[in-house]
Amino acid sequence: MEEKLTLYKNRKRFGIEKNIDVIFKNTTLVLSSLVAVVLFGIILVVFFQSFESFSRYGLNFLVTSEWNPVKDEYGAFTAIYGTLVTSLLSLLITIPLGVGTAIFITEDFVPKFVREIVGSFVELLAAIPSVVLGLWAIFVMEPFLRDFFVFLHKFFGWIPLFSSEPAGRNSLLAITILVVMLLPIVTSIARDTLNQVPKKLRNAAYGIGASRWKTIFSVILPAALSGIMAGVLLALGRAMGETMAVTMIIGNSNVFSWSLLSPGYTISSMLANQFGEADGSQVSSLFYAAFVLMILSLVVNIFAQWLVKKFSLKY
Amino acid sequence: MNSLYYQKKLSRNVVDKFFTSLSVFCALIAILPLIFVVTYILIKGGAQINPDLFALEPNPPGDDLDAGGINPALIGTLVITTIASIISIPVGVGGGIYLAEYSKGGPFSKFIRFGVNVLAGVPSIIAGVFIYALIVSTKILFGSMYSGLAGGMALSILMLPTVIKTTDEGLKLVPNELRYASLGIGASMYTTVLKITLPTAFRSIATGVVLGIARAAGETAPLIFTALFSYYYITGFGDLFYEMGSLAVLIYNFALEPYDAQNKLAWAASFILVLSILSVNIFSRILAAFTEKTKRV
Repeated sequence: MEEKLTLYKNRKRFGIEKNIDVIFKNTTLVLSSLVAVVLFGIILVVFFQSFESFSRYGLNFLVTSEWNPVKDEYGAFTAIYGTLVTSLLSLLITIPLGVGTAIFITEDFVPKFVREIVGSFVELLAAIPSVVLGLWAIFVMEPFLRDFFVFLHKFFGWIPLFSSEPAGRNSLLAITILVVMLLPIVTSIARDTLNQVPKKLRNAAYGIGASRWKTIFSVILPAALSGIMAGVLLALGRAMGETMAVTMIIGNSNVFSWSLLSPGYTISSMLANQFGEADGSQVSSLFYAAFVLMILSLVVNIFAQWLVKKFSLKY
Repeated sequence: MNSLYYQKKLSRNVVDKFFTSLSVFCALIAILPLIFVVTYILIKGGAQINPDLFALEPNPPGDDLDAGGINPALIGTLVITTIASIISIPVGVGGGIYLAEYSKGGPFSKFIRFGVNVLAGVPSIIAGVFIYALIVSTKILFGSMYSGLAGGMALSILMLPTVIKTTDEGLKLVPNELRYASLGIGASMYTTVLKITLPTAFRSIATGVVLGIARAAGETAPLIFTALFSYYYITGFGDLFYEMGSLAVLIYNFALEPYDAQNKLAWAASFILVLSILSVNIFSRILAAFTEKTKRV
């Protein structure tokens, strides 16, 4: 009896073990809060570093396109315009392509293994580093598209977007490589949402005599719309922040031009190009530009998350 | 009577055919880039592969016909991603454990999950800008400015959301019965987590983490003004505090050089980078498919 009691006593949880438990819990708590610390740290650091430039140029920074380290005058309009134009136009091309591919993968036009191969090819494309895509764009895509750009300028030169002689590195090339990078994002999110649309909806539509594409357009796509929208917004955020491939192919010129066939600039390519060698108030101005980029992508990202939460599938 | 049969020329059938071929066309366009990119890298990069490539330092661009090798960049990529992993895996796994095991879906965990998603959306170059302001320009690391260590830190910011997310989601898939059983026989919470739930979720977490590492290995933007680039061999731990080359930055720098020899080196580096990243991806995909099959039985 005595022996059993001591055994039982020994099996009681020791104080030290309780402490370990509490310590472990609090450690994980601290580690998870680090995410918030890093996030706020990034926002605060970039904001404070840009303060000098912000107080000197104010919001004029956003609408002037002078970028002159010698005269100490900075305005990021060309880069901001370039960021918005390249990301929006590339998205405009990607959406139909990506959704079309997602429909191909989720419908049963071809046997399942073919669709699976297409699906994993598209996802593997997302794994290719952007700097490699940039290398490929410089040496393979640009020579390939050169004649097409000349053609564009010749026959559509009256449109301001194609009004200049095609340069070796230009905004349209950046848009093309962005399409390649965004395609996997839009496709995989659209595919996941389309897969979640319940079979019942499709069967009901077929049952009242709708054809396949009538069903897709009137029933399935509307049901999946919010998910696809969220994917599109995530892709937009990605496009605005994308640096390497764009920097390598866009030409990096701060001279503003309406034409997509002339060299352009984006905020991220400006950072990639100038940050290493900048000093004085140029650094602060670059931080200002980085701050603008961060706010743009934060807004787009948070809006995307809100959209997912608000309109997630109700079925 | 005719209406019982499929009529080719009926407008709805024509429209259907049209859209079906349109979607097939989209899918074809979507897989073309991967095929083109991989083919060119295999051809152009594969042709450059030789033993010297792995052994030599790259020669600075110039009239030199021989560009040398990529040894420092290869080692540098390994070192920098290792540093990033050493920082982000403990933090990420720990944070994921809190979210999945301890938090009860309250406002704090909601906020952290939201923060993880936002952090995942922060442009990679901003991570570089942040580390530049925090570490490079302040020379806080024993007076060194651009360093492999700073580069690793910038990459770890990009890896962190991936690691937390995969840990959180992997742990959530572990059935609650296992936790009840462990707690029921008197194990404490931390024993349960470390001995039961974490090992159960190990494979899915490891897959996610390895994919995150593969992704980080190809990141360039955070490195170009934190780790910068170096032409010289990495010889010891002291080199962590100096500029360090990496495959990704080597590709960026040498792709923009006007010299053919450097361009070829960029293709060779792409070959190695893409081959290792794709093989990690394909391997983990096969592993995931295999696990799923065994689970269903």
